[in-house]
Parts: sequence; C-alpha cells; structure tokens
Amino acid sequence: MFIPHTKAETAQMLKSIGAKSIEDLFSVVPDKYRFPKLDLPSGVTEMDVLGEMKEYAAANETVEDLICFLGAGAYSHYIPAAVDMLLRRGEFYTAYTPYQPEISQGTLQAVFEFQTLMANLTGMDVSNASHYDGATATAEAGVMAYHNYRGKRPKILLSASVNPQNREVLCSYLCGYENIEIETLGMENPLDFSPDAMISSIDENTSLVVVQYPDFFGRIYDLSKLANEVHAKGALLAVVTNPIALGLLKTPGEFGADIVVGEGQPLGIPLSFGGPYLGFFTTKKEYVRKIAGRLVGETVDAKGKRGYVLTLTAREQHIRREKATSNICSNQGLMALAATIYLSLLGKNGLKQVADLCFQKAHYAAKKIGELPGFKIIGKGPFFHEFVIQCPISAKEINERLLDYQILGGFELAKVYPDLKNHLLVAVTEMNSLEEIEYLVNSLAEVSHD
Amino acid sequence: MTEPTIYELSSPGRTGVRYPAPDVPVSNLPKGFVRDNLPLPELSELDVIRHFTHLSSLNYSIDGGLYPLGSCTMKYNPKINEVTARIPGFALTHPLQPEDTVQGNLALMYDLQEHLKEISGFSAVCLEPAAGAQGEFVGVSIIRAYHRQNNNPKRTKILIPDSAHGTNPATSAMSGFEVVPVPSDSRGNVDLAALRAVCDDTVAGLMLTNPNTLGLFDENVLQVIKIVHEVGGLVYGDGANLNALLGITRPGDLGMDIMHFNLHKTFSTPHGGGGPGSGPVGVISRLADFLPSPIVKMIEEGTDEIAPLYSLFTPKHTIGRVKSFHGQFGMFVRAYTYIRMHGPEGLRKISEYAVLNANYLLSKIRNSYHLPYDRTCMHEFVVEGMWSDIPEIHALDIAKRLMDYKFHPPTNYFPLIVHEALMIEPTETESMQTLDLFADAMLKIAEEAKTSPQLLKEAPHDTPIGRLDELRAAKELVLCCWYPEEKQD
Repeated sequence: MFIPHTKAETAQMLKSIGAKSIEDLFSVVPDKYRFPKLDLPSGVTEMDVLGEMKEYAAANETVEDLICFLGAGAYSHYIPAAVDMLLRRGEFYTAYTPYQPEISQGTLQAVFEFQTLMANLTGMDVSNASHYDGATATAEAGVMAYHNYRGKRPKILLSASVNPQNREVLCSYLCGYENIEIETLGMENPLDFSPDAMISSIDENTSLVVVQYPDFFGRIYDLSKLANEVHAKGALLAVVTNPIALGLLKTPGEFGADIVVGEGQPLGIPLSFGGPYLGFFTTKKEYVRKIAGRLVGETVDAKGKRGYVLTLTAREQHIRREKATSNICSNQGLMALAATIYLSLLGKNGLKQVADLCFQKAHYAAKKIGELPGFKIIGKGPFFHEFVIQCPISAKEINERLLDYQILGGFELAKVYPDLKNHLLVAVTEMNSLEEIEYLVNSLAEVSHD
Repeated sequence: MTEPTIYELSSPGRTGVRYPAPDVPVSNLPKGFVRDNLPLPELSELDVIRHFTHLSSLNYSIDGGLYPLGSCTMKYNPKINEVTARIPGFALTHPLQPEDTVQGNLALMYDLQEHLKEISGFSAVCLEPAAGAQGEFVGVSIIRAYHRQNNNPKRTKILIPDSAHGTNPATSAMSGFEVVPVPSDSRGNVDLAALRAVCDDTVAGLMLTNPNTLGLFDENVLQVIKIVHEVGGLVYGDGANLNALLGITRPGDLGMDIMHFNLHKTFSTPHGGGGPGSGPVGVISRLADFLPSPIVKMIEEGTDEIAPLYSLFTPKHTIGRVKSFHGQFGMFVRAYTYIRMHGPEGLRKISEYAVLNANYLLSKIRNSYHLPYDRTCMHEFVVEGMWSDIPEIHALDIAKRLMDYKFHPPTNYFPLIVHEALMIEPTETESMQTLDLFADAMLKIAEEAKTSPQLLKEAPHDTPIGRLDELRAAKELVLCCWYPEEKQD
C-alpha cells in the first residue's frame, strides 16, 4: 500500500542503524505506555473503503436530491468542470507552503493572482493569501483593528445583521484581550435596523465597526454615510461581503471601507457540509504591514527574471513568535487556487452574468412569494439574492413540510433571532430554474394551508 | 520562460464560461448600487487550463519527489482520499441542512471523533478547528476557561520549551498569556531543574511538543507532566509530531490534558500549497465541557435494522465557535478514509516505518553532518548545516543546492536552538532507494562545500528561477499584478 519496504530492505536498514528490531527504536517510550492495543476495527482495502464511504454518503440528501433555497453563508453555485480538473493536479495539491520560492513559483504566482483578483473585486488595494473562512477573516479584522490602536480603543461594534457565526467567532477570538468590549447593535429589531443606526454608538473608544453587505438578510445599503462617521471618530470600518454580489454591486471600497472580508466559498468551492472554505481579507495600502497571514510579492532573481516570494514575513508567528499578533500558519491555499481559477474562467463578463442571474431569479421569487396570501416579504429596500419572508405559520413547520416536496427551504431565522419564529431567509442562485421557483411558490401555498 | 499573469493574458471580450439568459422577467438594481467597473481578466477556458498547467509545472510536490520538510510530515497523499471526499453525497450537502438529511455526514464525523479518541487516549474530541494553529488556540482558550471556572485568574503564564513551534508562543500571547520559555538540557529534553524553577501557582499550563522539534522523545516526559500538574497547571500536547506515536504510545496515557491533531500531517490529507489543514482537539474528560461547538453526539443507539441517530451538540461551558459551520469536513472524509484503510496494525506500522526511515537516513549522513544531540531519533532529526572549517557555507546554501539534485530541501533554521539547523523528516512512505539517493546528494553536497563552495553559494542552478531578491520584494511591495487605471499612482 503506502509503505514500500520489503522484509529484506527493512533488515538492511536496521543493520545500517545498528538496531536489532524496529521495536528497539522505541525503548525511550515509558514501558508502561508503550505499544498500546488500539481498539479499532481492522484496516480495509481501497475497494472496500470506497464502498464504506459511499454508504455514509448515501445516508445524506444532497442539494441535487433536493431543490435548494438555503444559503445563510454557504451557497449552491455552478462550478465549471475546469476548476476541479486543475485542482486535482498533484503539483498543486501535494505541495507545501511555498517557503522555497525557486521550486514553488506555481503556487506563488497563483496566490499573487488571487490577491489581485480579490483586491480588484472588493475595490481595495491589497489582499492577503487567505484565511480559514469568512468567520475567521472577520475575527482577524477585529484583531487587526485592536492592534492598530494598540489596545487603546477597546470597543468593537457589530451590526446584528452580520452573519451570526462571524460574530460568534470574532467574540471567541477576542474575548481574551485586555479590556475588550464587543457590542452587537440591533438585536432587538434586526429587520428594521440599518447601518446608519450604528452611528450614534461610535465614540473615541471604538476601533472597529463591522457591517455586512449584502447583509445577513440579503439587503444592500449605501454605506458611505456610515463610513464617513466612522472615520470622523477615527475608527475603522470593516465590511463583510459576498464575492458573487460584487459582480454587480458597487464595491465596499467605493463606500470607504477600510477592511473587506468574506466567505469565498461561492467562488467555485463545493458546499461540502461547510468546509474547507475560503476566507478573504483585503484592505487599504496603509494597513499592509498589519495584515495577518501570508502575502506574496513580486521581485526578480539574480538575472533579472520576474518571480514571486512570500514577503513581509517578519509579521508572522514563525519569526515573531510571542510578538506576532496572529498565530495563523496553514491557510486555505488550495481553496484560494479554486477561487483564482473560477474567477479567471468567468472573468469580467461571466461573474457579472452569474450575479445578474442570482439577482433576477431572487427578485422574481420574492415577487411571487409576496403575492401568496398570508406571506409577506420583509423590507422594501434593495436586496441581492437572499430575502426574508414572513410565513403564516412557523418557519420550522414550513420547512419540515417542504422537505416532503423535496425542497430544502430557507434558513429559519428563529435559530438566531428567537422572536422571528415565522421568518425564513430564502436564497436563490443561478442554479434555480424558473420551474423550481414556481414549484417553491406553489408548494409554499400548499404547505401553509392546513 | 516567465509565465504571463492572467491579466497579461486577458483579451477584452473573451470568457471561459457561458451562462444562460435569465428565464425570469427582468428587474433593475437601483443605479446607485451598480458598479461601473469590474476589473477582472477575460480568458478562454483553454487559456485558463494552459496557464494553470504551466504554473503547476513550476512547483515541487510530493507527487514529484521526496519532500523531507521537518515538522511538516510530507507523506504521500493517497489518491483514494481525493475520490471519497468528492462523492456527491458529501460534496453536495449544505452545512445548514436539517440534521435528519445529513445523518451520513454526522455519522462519519462521529466515527472519526471515536477513532481519534482511541488513537490518542483522550476522552473527547472536537473536529472543528481549521488547522493546527487554531487547534492550539482552542487548547489555550480551554486552559484559560478551566482556570477561570476554578477561580484561578492569577494563572497568567504559559510555559513553552525553547524547542517549540513558533505557533505555540504566538497562540499563548494572542490569548493574553505571558509566555515563559523553558530551556532544553544537554540531551535535548526539557530541563527539569529549569522547569521546576518556573513552576508555581501562576502557571496556567505547559505547551509540550513530544517528540520535540529536535525529533527526540523526551526521556523525562512523565516527570515533566507531573511537575506541571503538581502546581495545578495543565499540559497541552502539540500533536504536530503525532506521526511518530501511532500505536506506539498515547499522549492521553502519558498524562497530557489537551492535544491537537494535524489531519494534514499525520492522517495524509494534502497540504494544498499552504492549506487547508485541519486541527481537531482532544481533551481529558474533565475538560470535555469546554470544547468548541459543535461536536457530534450519538443521541439514539442503532439496532440491526435502524441506524443510530446523530446530532450536533454544544458543550456546556464551551469556549465558543472558532470557525464557520462544523470544521474542514472534506478533510474529515480524507483522514477517515486513510484511518479506515490502516486499522490498528496499519497505524502502528506508519509510525514504526516513519521512525525507521528517519534513523536510517541519519545513519547514512551522520559522518558528514554534525548531529547536536546524538540519540535515536523519532520520525525526524536535526543536523547542523555548517562546518566550522568552511565558515562561508550556511544551511541555506545546502538547502538551495539540494534543489539541483531534484530534492525539496529540509526545513532550515528551525528549531532555533540548533545553529544553522536542517530538520529532516522523510516519512514512512519513502522507499530505501529514495532515501539512498537523498543521502548521496547530502554527502556530495558536503564534499562540494569543501571543494567548490561557490557551487553552493550560487545554487540553485537548475530550477525554473534563481535565488530571488527578497529585500526588493519587501521594499517595493508589489502585491497585485494589475491595478485598475484610476487607482494607479
């Protein structure tokens, strides 16, 4: 299988070492705890393990078995075949972090291109090489802002319409910091809460204001007034965003964001039950030395040939050790490559088209559901590809019944906002056909009756 | 030849994917929200395929050759892992689906948790952490939460041996702890006297890598753990080096309280050019309630006819969520595939041969390279990449010269306690013949260092690109290949 040694070779190797047996090499391990008997089932062949894994998988229902209208941070999009074909190249996926640039130019140039794509997509100057996911990228925005003011502005303001998991992870990351104050605004009335309502809470102790665009409920707001007010108080504005939406929408950069983060999963990465995904992090030039994680920069070799290296590494844990502001080491390299390939394939026109398809289909679905008796679309403002519906009965009940119609309904908002019992967050993407949308509308009408 | 960037290859009007026109009536986004410029490249599918195929050929990879990076465990990544992780039943499930529609995923996660518990000797495992460094963060957060619950807020120090990975001190510091280094003794063990001297009731815990980054199993490991426990501290095990211990010993049995696993090292999930990793955390029973959320629980046992029922569960005193959803699920499928193929005998064999390979390689080169701690090593070892009679040669030069012999260099300049360190980890998947070729290259380079040092100083000679100007990269900071016009300075 994966250990190539023959008996003769093993014997020859032991002889070279000067050991009698392999067991001898472990005499340093305390006797009492050496060679424990592991109570595990015996190993199986490749043929059998594939069968076993298929059995696990068969106990799931997928977004192909069901018609998916579920988003809330992870989205079903079409992934062109070329993305995975390239990801399967062993030259990419069995390489390590590119610490030796002479033999890692493939990875390095791809990351350099990823940085360019993400900076351009979000309307910012620079991007790092990735974080674990959108939630940890959001947390790193908090860490960066805290250190930017050397802990002297301990307050971070989050909008209630930021993805709840992002808020939770930010708290887990920062709760050990000295004097830290993390406040979530708008929890009492999240569906009526707009970014501008945060302005009155910003003060001289505030380091960071975090909003989402499109927000967790799919809505889009003009963020320029908020950005001005944040800056007037000397704080930073972080915007959590959806990269597909930016195929259509004005960028957070244009509104004046200082940091843009988000979940890169929609960019060619399979749903895969929540991971591995891709966190992206872009910011303005002046904060480049404060970014956590890896950065790739362009340079030349001794003959003047263009090449790429990891740069500003003195910020990182393996050099700064306890003085580093982040401990990130592994990132999501292969997922960043997936996003780079995806964006290269779609390009300017393709991404715009996908964004437009999501927008159009979601708006059609919202219009149709809004016409159903007993259903109401919450909010009159613009939205992207997700929207909140208020149902005549509990959202949980609706979802359970929709499953009988082979529909994976929207996200039950009561899981996060207990008062919103009858509210569902519905996502529509280019994957949903007109027929599917009409089927959802008809099914909603049926399941809400009795 | 230099490979152009995607922006240099771009030709206006091209696209690699076609989408259908909307099949629904069209509405309009308010003007103020429409972006007027989308600065993305425009390429055909073949442009993209060729570009990334060319880039891939500039990489060194495990599939291409030996990758003996110490502390990284660059073992072969079985191809079947890539097949199982892509089974549509896994790959096409949404993380927020109702639990009864993803019982297969939950069962797999549960079974992986159970296997990791048995392998490590811990009583509870959480799979969520995204990578080793995040596993460490979870571990240190648990240490803090535990002491707070026991009303011991003055435990503010984390002890870290000087041979530890850089992530250990970084993690402790970002969690608000004071980092207290502990020196190693002359045999490469934690110095017991020095440890005792810093152990008091302000110690929250010790982060211990065993085998340590010198590749040595601490001869006093039981005493080290006891000393920390006696003053009320917890012991965190850095599981980065678990590849030496499968079926050999269990960190939980040795007395460790918390440990992270690196699925991307020990359990063969690919490193992906820098990630994704996956860093599950195991703890003793007393600490189980502090684990991050969620973990998978069996809520109803199965019968012959009915499968068990699984559910996601939030531990009572959880330190909270550390990433979105449930962890790097695709890595769980790969790691579990690998563990199931090995079984208990196969797992032990992994570590036996990892250690055999390291000791064999050491035996082949030890006469030409100085070995600072002369002991039987575990899965890796550290030699000095320098000779006192050739002062101009450094570890870096040896590393670069190895590339001309078609090998990836070992980890260099780490651990910091060895001058000009070369840290070599061959892993169990390499054959004797491959190790012989590598040893030959190392010996030739030692010879060249004496006879033609310039050859080393100017290496590599035979790679797609020469030594790169890192100072210029940091000074000029070109981090993007194309700037939209209005942003150009």
